[in-house]
Amino acid sequence: MDFQLSKEHALLRELYRSFAQAEVKPLAEEIDEQERFPVETVKQLGRYGFMGIPYPKEYGGAGADTLAYVMAIEELSRVCGTTGVVVSAHTSLCCGPIYEFGTEEQKRKYLPGLLSGERVGAFGLTEPGAGTDAAGQQTKAVLAGDNWVLNGTKIFITNAGHADVFIIFAMTDKAQGTRGISAFIVERGFEGFRVGKEEKKMGIRGSSTCELIMEDCIVPKENLLGGLNKGFKVAMKTLDGGRIGIAAQALGLGEGAVDEAIKYVKERKQFGRRISQFQNTQFKLADMSTRMQAAQYLVYSAALAKDSGAAYSKEAAMAKLFASEAANDVTRQAVQLFGGYGYTREYPVERMMRDAKITEIYEGTSEVMRMVIASALGVN
Amino acid sequence: MNIIVCIKQVPDTTEVKLDPVTGTLIREGVPSIINPDDKAGLEAALRIKEQNGARVTVVSMGPMQADVALREALAMGADEAYLISDRAFGGADTWATSYTIAAAIRTLDYDLIIAGRQAIDGDTAQVGPQIAQHLGLPQVSYVEAVERVEAGSLVLRRQFEDRYHIVEVATPCVITVLSELNKPRYMSVSGVMDAYREKTVNVLTLAQLESVIDKGNIGLGGSPTRVKQSFTKQPKAKGEKYEVDADEAVRLIVEWLEARHII
Repeated sequence: MDFQLSKEHALLRELYRSFAQAEVKPLAEEIDEQERFPVETVKQLGRYGFMGIPYPKEYGGAGADTLAYVMAIEELSRVCGTTGVVVSAHTSLCCGPIYEFGTEEQKRKYLPGLLSGERVGAFGLTEPGAGTDAAGQQTKAVLAGDNWVLNGTKIFITNAGHADVFIIFAMTDKAQGTRGISAFIVERGFEGFRVGKEEKKMGIRGSSTCELIMEDCIVPKENLLGGLNKGFKVAMKTLDGGRIGIAAQALGLGEGAVDEAIKYVKERKQFGRRISQFQNTQFKLADMSTRMQAAQYLVYSAALAKDSGAAYSKEAAMAKLFASEAANDVTRQAVQLFGGYGYTREYPVERMMRDAKITEIYEGTSEVMRMVIASALGVN
Repeated sequence: MNIIVCIKQVPDTTEVKLDPVTGTLIREGVPSIINPDDKAGLEAALRIKEQNGARVTVVSMGPMQADVALREALAMGADEAYLISDRAFGGADTWATSYTIAAAIRTLDYDLIIAGRQAIDGDTAQVGPQIAQHLGLPQVSYVEAVERVEAGSLVLRRQFEDRYHIVEVATPCVITVLSELNKPRYMSVSGVMDAYREKTVNVLTLAQLESVIDKGNIGLGGSPTRVKQSFTKQPKAKGEKYEVDADEAVRLIVEWLEARHII
């Protein structure tokens, strides 16, 4: 048992922090305000290897591990929740399944462009009638000669407006329910594929969340990912990994709120004293920081479990459940410590509070996390 | 082309404090960084490497903790790293430091040696030029731009207070650079992994440098200068500022001096 970071992880943290402070933080308010995808940041993230952290160099990755990856999401989200999820959705949800389930040919074709950040990835599972209940998929794929023909609509797809490569799930055998779902690698530009309307959101407003429309979308046969009717497994495994990323995003958001609150309470004076001198402030921040520290241990241990090759579905669910709830409570308490100023856009804590909410919802709600954990405990 | 970049690990002085009793730097809990001018020198070397092809070697003298500064340089893209470290080198002033670094550099291949203008913890700006002196090389200090890299020479822009000079210098040579020269890149994620897994920091101790070093010239004993006292300067009283023409300025100054019976 070792709670010390290795030397390379400690140096990576320095890299992540200096990059986040100098390149990400200055844009956070603007991209939230303007609901603008941070194209210029993504370019920089690609240059420095943030878009392919946990994948081997032979495919163009950085050759680091899941812990290194979640630490990056944590540090980016600490200053900007949007930037955290752009990297997380790309890395976990698009590069992840191609790396885990792709054929050698698919990996060689798609990973180098994605891991270098030249191309951005996305993941399309959710539909208007199929959220948590993925078996309710209406999107269909039918084989016609050398191509699959996809028809259907996906919604709430993170990165969609700026993504080039999409992992799309569709029914290939409706009668089989979840055992009749398959995954496909779909490129922007494939005939019959288009990105639909963009959602207006409460938080992570710089991230692009759109609808995807497939009307007789032509997908080459070789772009079937993970085998025919194996899509549900691809989706569930991918989401297990993704949850560690979202847990790290939540972790960063909560830590960022603690950072901001500590700075503020030392400056703000009321009744002739710094508000940091009031015991209420001290106890609140002690609790907030303790919650985030506990979340960090859960997130890191889920990442280490994934790297060790052990089953990590329960660990990932616990990390996401705990970190996202902690982030919501802690960002809300941070706003409270700021008082009226906290409710304004002059300070970043209101943005962090809005950004935190989604972490209890996407890539499996907190309720789904509890189902996963209970099922792993054999409580059914 | 072989480029050697001299770097120093320094405390991040925006946060540094002096111990009021001993007059020494309080280093506990102060983050260490690569000295900014030196980092610009490393960036300049890496750009030459990208544009013209070069092998970039970073050299630092300091305690073993300086390892992490060299790893950072490797993670930015340097090819090789040397840490000159031995208790015997401790307490060196700028002369003994430059003597020791120059001795280590003698054991390496070089066409160009780049140092930062000065370190933010000492501000002497002496070590770079002294290295050139020890090695008998031409030097250009205060470089604010690398204009051209040619076979056997460099064209550089050298900063002065009110002008600049465009200087051509034959290699091998030493240049000292300003942090205004460029915006250094970050480390990359794969660079960090390589810095620990693929590359090494070679430690040079006195034993390894014995053939090129005169022991009388190193460390505290080899240092011709001593720090007599360090202290934090008290801030001066705030001055008064007038934006007036020359005649009015003269009148104000005379009035001020007369009021205090100085004239």
